[in-house]
Order: sequence, then C-alpha cells, then structure tokens
Amino acid sequence: MVSLPDIFHDWFASKGWSIHPHQQAMLERADDPATLLIAPTGGGKTMAGFLPTLADLSQNPHDGLHTLYISPLKALAADIKRNLRTPVDELDLPIRIEDRTGDTSATRKIRQRADPPHILLTTPESLALLTSYEDAPRMFAGLKRVVVDEIHALAESKRGDQLMLALARLQTLCPELRRVGLSATVEDPDAIAHLLARHPDHCDILLADPGPPPDISMLETQEKPPWSGGGAAYSIPAVLEQIRKHKTTLIFHNTRAQAEIYFHNLWLANEDDLAIGIHHGSLDRQRRERVEAAMVRGELRAIVCTGSLDLGIDWGDVDLVVQIGAPKNVKRLVQRIGRANHQYNAPSKALLVPANRFEVVECVAALEAVTAGHLDGEPRGAGPRDVLCQHILITACAGPFAADDLYQEVSSVGAYSALSRKEFDDCLNFCATGGYALRAYDKWQRLLQRADGLWQLRDPRSTQRIRMNLGTIQDADLLKVRLRRSRGGKPLGEIEESFAASLTPGDTFLIGGQIVRYEGLREMTVEVTRRADKKPKIATFSGTKFATSTQLSARILDMFAQESWPQLPGHTADWLALQRSVSRLPQRGRLLIESFPHDGREHTCVYGFAGRNAQQTLGLLLTKRLEELGLNPLGFVATDYATLIWGLDALTDAAPLFNLEALRDGLDGWLAGNAVMKRSFRAVATIAGLIERNTPSARKSGRQATFSSDILYDTLLKYDPEHLMLQITRTEALRGLVDFSRIEEMTRRVGGRIDLVRLDRVTPLAAPLFLEMGKVPVAGAAEERLLAEEADALMQAAGIA
Amino acid sequence: MDGHSFTLAGAQLIALGSGALWWPDELLFCVSDLHLGKSERIARRGGSVLPPYDTRDTLNRLAADLALTNARIVVCLGDSFDDMGAARALPEEERLWISRLQAGRRWVWIEGNHDPGPVSLGGTHLAELPLSPLTFRHIAHPQASGEISGHYHPKAEVRTRVKTISRPAFLADSDRVVLPSYGTYTGGLKSSDPALTTLMRPEAVAVLTGRNVHAVPMPR
Repeated sequence: MVSLPDIFHDWFASKGWSIHPHQQAMLERADDPATLLIAPTGGGKTMAGFLPTLADLSQNPHDGLHTLYISPLKALAADIKRNLRTPVDELDLPIRIEDRTGDTSATRKIRQRADPPHILLTTPESLALLTSYEDAPRMFAGLKRVVVDEIHALAESKRGDQLMLALARLQTLCPELRRVGLSATVEDPDAIAHLLARHPDHCDILLADPGPPPDISMLETQEKPPWSGGGAAYSIPAVLEQIRKHKTTLIFHNTRAQAEIYFHNLWLANEDDLAIGIHHGSLDRQRRERVEAAMVRGELRAIVCTGSLDLGIDWGDVDLVVQIGAPKNVKRLVQRIGRANHQYNAPSKALLVPANRFEVVECVAALEAVTAGHLDGEPRGAGPRDVLCQHILITACAGPFAADDLYQEVSSVGAYSALSRKEFDDCLNFCATGGYALRAYDKWQRLLQRADGLWQLRDPRSTQRIRMNLGTIQDADLLKVRLRRSRGGKPLGEIEESFAASLTPGDTFLIGGQIVRYEGLREMTVEVTRRADKKPKIATFSGTKFATSTQLSARILDMFAQESWPQLPGHTADWLALQRSVSRLPQRGRLLIESFPHDGREHTCVYGFAGRNAQQTLGLLLTKRLEELGLNPLGFVATDYATLIWGLDALTDAAPLFNLEALRDGLDGWLAGNAVMKRSFRAVATIAGLIERNTPSARKSGRQATFSSDILYDTLLKYDPEHLMLQITRTEALRGLVDFSRIEEMTRRVGGRIDLVRLDRVTPLAAPLFLEMGKVPVAGAAEERLLAEEADALMQAAGIA
Repeated sequence: MDGHSFTLAGAQLIALGSGALWWPDELLFCVSDLHLGKSERIARRGGSVLPPYDTRDTLNRLAADLALTNARIVVCLGDSFDDMGAARALPEEERLWISRLQAGRRWVWIEGNHDPGPVSLGGTHLAELPLSPLTFRHIAHPQASGEISGHYHPKAEVRTRVKTISRPAFLADSDRVVLPSYGTYTGGLKSSDPALTTLMRPEAVAVLTGRNVHAVPMPR
C-alpha cells in the first residue's frame, strides 16, 4: 500500500480540494497487479489513476520510464499532459512528462526512445509501434505501471485488442508491471476487467460514487420537428436560446455530415455573434487544435461536435450537453451527459433534440430507459485473428521469436485466452507464407524459421512496410481538402474518396462550417474554392454511424401498441396517428410491409423490428429473392426497426418473399458474393497485412499500383475458399450480420400474418430510412439495364447512335 | 459473348465483354496487359504475399475466350508478364498450359515496358506487329493511325440516375483502340486522366466491359 505524501495533502488543501474516496482506494491498491476503476466523468478519474505514480516518483527517484498512459485520442494525451503538469510544476517534483502520438516530431520520437521520460502519454498505435523496435526491451526497462484511460471505449474496438496484445509484450519485458484501467459507467464491468487483466489473474473492480442522477429532458420547441430528416434545423432558435442561457454548451451529433449542416445553420441564425466552434474527426488537425485551445480558454459559448469529443477531455466549464438526433444507445447517452457539469456531485444537465418525429419516439424511449437505469450493450466475441496476424508481424519486426513463447504470451491476453494452438499456428503460417492451399513461392516467404527454431523476417527491409501499415483503424480512404491557390492553399480537412469521386467541378459541399466549390483533384488532394453565396450540395462524408440498441427497439414497439400517446408531444402523437390512418403501425406478432414508388424507383419497407443485424441479414436475403423474382433490386438499407429495399419494379405479393426454405437456400452463396462481405474482407485483409495501404512508393506514383481488394476476395473465394482471411471475414461479417436464427424466429413469430400495404408515396414512418447511411448496393441485372439506358441516352445526346 | 462492333481503318473489329479484341476477318484475337506472375513479383520484392492464383485465373479466362472464338492468331499486346523474373519463375504447370493454348495457332508476344525482352516460351517476340491496315504495339504513338495498343489499363466511369458505375473499358476513335487490361491483378486508369484525354480524339468512344458491353462517349 502507498500512502499519499503530505505535500500532496497540502497541495490539495491549498486548492480547496479533498481527496475522493476512490482516489484514496486507488492508492491503497497501488500494488495490485490489475485494477479497474469505474467512475463518472468529472470524478477525478485520471488523477486517481496517476496518484500512485506521483506519490512513488515524489519519494523514490527513478531512472527511465515509470508509467505509461494510453488513451484512445491524441487530444486526450495532450490534455492529460497539461493537467498533470499543474501539480508536478507547483510541487516542483522531479518528474518528466511527455506525450507521443502520430503528431510528435520524428527527432523527438527518436530522443524519447533513447532517453524516455518518467511518464509517457500515448495511443495504442504509437505503443504498438514502440514495441516493434529492436530496442524496446531497453526503452521499457523499469516500467512499473500502465494506465489505460477510457478503456470502455477501447474495449469496443480492435484498437483495444491491439493494445492488450502490446501490454502482454510489455508484461513479458517487465513482469512486475501493474495495470490500471479507467472506465466510464458500463453495463458489464466484469467483461472489461477480463480484457484488462493478465489472464488468468484476478482484477479488482472499484466503483466510484456515481453521483446524483442527471437532469435530462427533451427540448421543448415552438417549431415542430419535421416528418423526416436528420438536420434538426427547426431546433436552431431554441438551441441558440439555450446557448445564451448557459456558460458553455456541447452540441453532439451522430454523424459529421449532420454536425456540418447544423453548424452552418447555427451560424446563419447567430445574430448575437456568440462564439460557436465545430469539432469533428474530418477536420484538419490545426483547425481542431485551434477549437480545442479556444475551448480550454473558455472563449467558446458552444461547440458543435461528434464522437470525436465523446471522451473525457476536460474542456472547461461545460454546463449543458445537447444531443441532436436520437441517442441510439442508452449507454453512450449516459456517458455523453456526464460531460456536463464537470464537478463531482453536481447533477449533469442534458437536453435531447429529436431530429424528426420518429426520433421523438426514440428519445422518449431512451429517457425512460435512463430513468430506469437500463444500460445496453452487446458482448464482443473472442479476440479477432486479423489483429493477431498484425501483432505477429510487429513482433517479428522487433527481432527473432519462438512460436511457443509468443503463443503463451498471446494466451495471457483476456480476449485471446481461448485461442487454440491451431488457430495461432494458422495465423503464424499466414504471416510466414500467406497460408495458401497452393504453396507457390516458398522462396519468398515473409517469415522464415531458422535452424534454431526461431522465426524471423526474410527481408529485414520489410520492417519499414510493416510499420507503415500498422494499426487497426479502418477509415475509409480519405483525401485532403485544400483551398485552390498557386502554391498549395490552406488545408480544410478530409473527405472520403468515394464522396470525392461523386463530385463534378462546380458541386458545392460543406466542410468546417463553410461552403466550398469542388474544382478538381490534384495529386490526391481535393481542390476547392470558397463559395459564400450558394446552398451546399451535401456533405455526405460519414462519421461513425450508430445503431439503435435492441432494447430501445423493443421499447418503441411497445409504445406503438398504445391507443394514444400522452407521453409524446402532440405533433408526434399526431404523426403516429397519421401513419396509423394512411398505412398501419407495426405490431408485435405481425409483419408490416409497405410498398411505394419514390424518386423514380420502387421501394419496399419491411418493419421487422428484429434489431439492426437481423434487418441487415434480411436485406441481403430479400434482395436475393427479389432478384430471383425478376424485380431488379438495386440496394437496401437497414435500421433496427426496418429494412428499406429499392429497385426498378414494385412488389405486389409478399408471400413468395418469406418462404423460409427459399431464404435459407443460397444463404451461403449470397453471403459470399455480397458487398458487406467484401467490405469486411477489405478491413480484415488490411489489418492482417495482406493489403498494404501504404507502401514506400505507391501513393506518389498512384497509377496502376493498386487494384481493388474485391479482386483478391473474388480470387480467394474461387481458388482457396477455406483460406484464413475468408474464415476471419465470415466471422466478422456474422458478427455484423447475425445468424439466420433471428430471422427464423421472426418468421415463426409472425407466422403468415404479413400485411403488405401498397401506397402511392413514402409513408411517414418510412421517410427517415431514406437518410440512413450504410446503403448496400446489389449488383445484379439492374446494373446492366441502368448502364444500357444511360449509354443510349448519352450516345443519342452526342449524336453518335 | 456480348460485343461491340466497330471499324478502324476499314477493319471490322469487336470489343468483347471480357476485355479482349476480336478481328473476325483475320480470326485474330488480341489481349493486353496480362501481368502474369504479378503475385510472385510482389512477394519476391518483399511486399505482401498475395493469393498466388492470379496467373491461373487469367489463363482460365483466356482459355475460355479462345475456346469460344477459335482464333487463328493470338496477339498479346505487352506487359504479358509482370517482369522478366516473373516470366522465368512461371511454374511448370502454367508454362505447359500456355503451350497447350498456343498449339495450332500463331502466337505473338509484343514487348511491353514490364517485359521488354523475349521470354522462354513458344510464340514470336516482336516490338510491334504490322498487319495491314492495323499496327499492334504496347504503348500508343500519338501520331499513329490504325493502331491497337494497351499499356494504360483504361477504365471509364458512367454516372447513371442511381449510381456511378466504373468498369475497365476500351477507348476507340478513328485513329486507334486502347485495350483494357486483361490480367486478374490489375487496376485501372480513369479515361478522364490527362494521359488519355490528350491521346484520344474528342469524339472517342469508351466501351465498358462486363456481362454486357456498353459504348458511351469517352468520359473526360
């Protein structure tokens, strides 16, 4: 046990603070091998994680690295550095604190490896990179503690898996390493403890006082929310009024595009010139940093943001959180609310602003869930093997290794504790030879087994390529956006390559709150000019897309069954009543299908309320059936409550669609050929090192250097269907697609009670689906027909035909 | 097989959906940029170890096309091999397969920038092949006419009312045809790239390949 030196008590007292019980408890557990602290935002969580380090370093001089701090965000690392500096400087402690992220300069990085600070603040990717160097054992020698911040966020992604594999490496280098995890409120603390601890060691969970319940409500507006749309522009006057009434307001959006549009509208209405900023992951780093700095100085009255501000950065005096759009997930909502009132023991204040009337229903359901204290969440499966493949390559970069040792080390990671030796060997074999059924070029293996049994890289120069492609974040390919100037204009941010490809010169879109005109593409950079006078085309570059949890879906369905809706605002109750009168409301025990034309295409909307995953699977299977029935489907989009399919012909009879046998037939074949699988494959193959996003020469030369990952997928499927990459892809896709049982269950529940309603236009309930992201295209006969139409028209127009 | 018929310098030609060019009067079958052995070359150079099935897949498609057309002359327009080493490293099985395809027909390997020298396989090796009224070469000469070439891996993008569709494409005008790449592991260069917009005449046509072929004014 470590007791807090008096100088700290005095320092706390001088600030008028006293140590929180959970901070004291963390000191008492300083020697435990692993501890998970769960505390609300603003509960002095980070200080609790660092106190044992500061106490130790203030009394015992230490050479080299003492504590490693890992956070999911670069900005968080920089922020924590500022906060730690205060006590360290004021107490004049001999402690060196530095951060290391993708933004750190190369010379500084080299110096940090030669002469590491006492406390290093970094990200999972930078840590993985550090472990890939031959001098890692020297750099990490003497490391005593590791603090993983916002572990609940990391635990949801492959970044967390990569981090835990790196920690296993560190634990081998420093057997006495203590692990601390800091987490916001979560539904299943045991699952996170299992990830954090060295398997099978125990990990204690420390629960801090959750504080008073939040003050949360739905924003009352004069204006009614629209029938559809995600912009919530109607709420601008009311939200501006709230900004005036509060010191600092955070305005959260579910997607970057929505944040951009909202920010734009907010500025147009901002007659008082309130200082309002925007912050999201697509913005240029300098622009983001400027906003962050202004926020810390308390100069901003409001900040429009996305998930990039979700994590526990201390942005100063936020006293109101506004959530635009349905929160989609109760747990995330609770964590966001915690951002308001950064003082312990004061209730957080939050307002929900539904963007349309369906979201009013979702918001009310979410409020009821928060009041009832029901968090939601889905358990993650075993550690993904594509991340393991990358870890094996990273290990090989650091030097020769023994397969037995590495397997043992990997098995000590909670997520990989059930990994069989065969599964491990398959991954090792993939890294070494590609693992193909056809042993084509054994001469050119990536990894070689030496005479002494150790594995090493065949070509030591490949370390450069492996390091360049390290990491598990699968951003769509992004292109930089710059203002067109003679000598390289100002960077504005990034947009997805697919969005850039859809632009023609003259198109306008929003980025960083300004409207710009697309001028052209120049060496992988999108050139734009300023355009103040025009309405933007759109900003469809997507942020993270959230899915409504099944728990919320069930609450919504129950609400629909009500005779009337006293808990909903009048306009929304009217809207549901309207849906009931022009069509129907979905009911338990029946399946509602609507069919209607819109925008030159025919649409079929299936309200299965089976959860997003099952609705997605349903979309895949139904489009296959529609293709067989000759109805020319073009694509679909799925949400938690419905699947919307569009195509060239109308559905007039639903019965043949839901023939269970026909649906099951060809499930495998269809899965193999669909776009979701190809998307999963691309991510898996990139993480596992089969596809190199970055090569020393590729980006510059560009042309012909790359071919689509779809070609690799098709080739493997044809010639090597049992290959490891396809196995992992199937596992991943099924995680996103859910097995057939859910659909069988729905079909059974519904029986033959299918209500197909033919309408002449979009229904109130179907309209929001048109704005959903994540549309899945179907490549079938329709594509040839569209091309033929277009080719005819073009040739006619050109006078060639 | 679907195809788009057109004439060049008086010769009647068909652009096939597979990406091959067919000259019925001469029973001449032409493909470009096979890039055989590409995965081997990438692995040899220390890149990633891609699925080694590309050569097999390319030859499968080539064999299927040849069976359909029953060609008398086959012209491979260069970059048939991803480099000279890839040509040498071709597995015995695949060499024999190529020999079987060559049996009973005239086979011409045009030199490409990836495979500038002769390879130890049957067939004739030429820098270019004149066959009146046409000339077959790897890289187009801007001043030439009646020319069949490859090299650029052209692809074309068509914006339909629903979505943008991008496919490998033939580019054709009154002077020349540029063939799309035929090899499995090959990417494409958009027809709007300056290299192609300056090469092709304003009235050039792009023929998109696939299950069906579609001719459109060349997207610029």
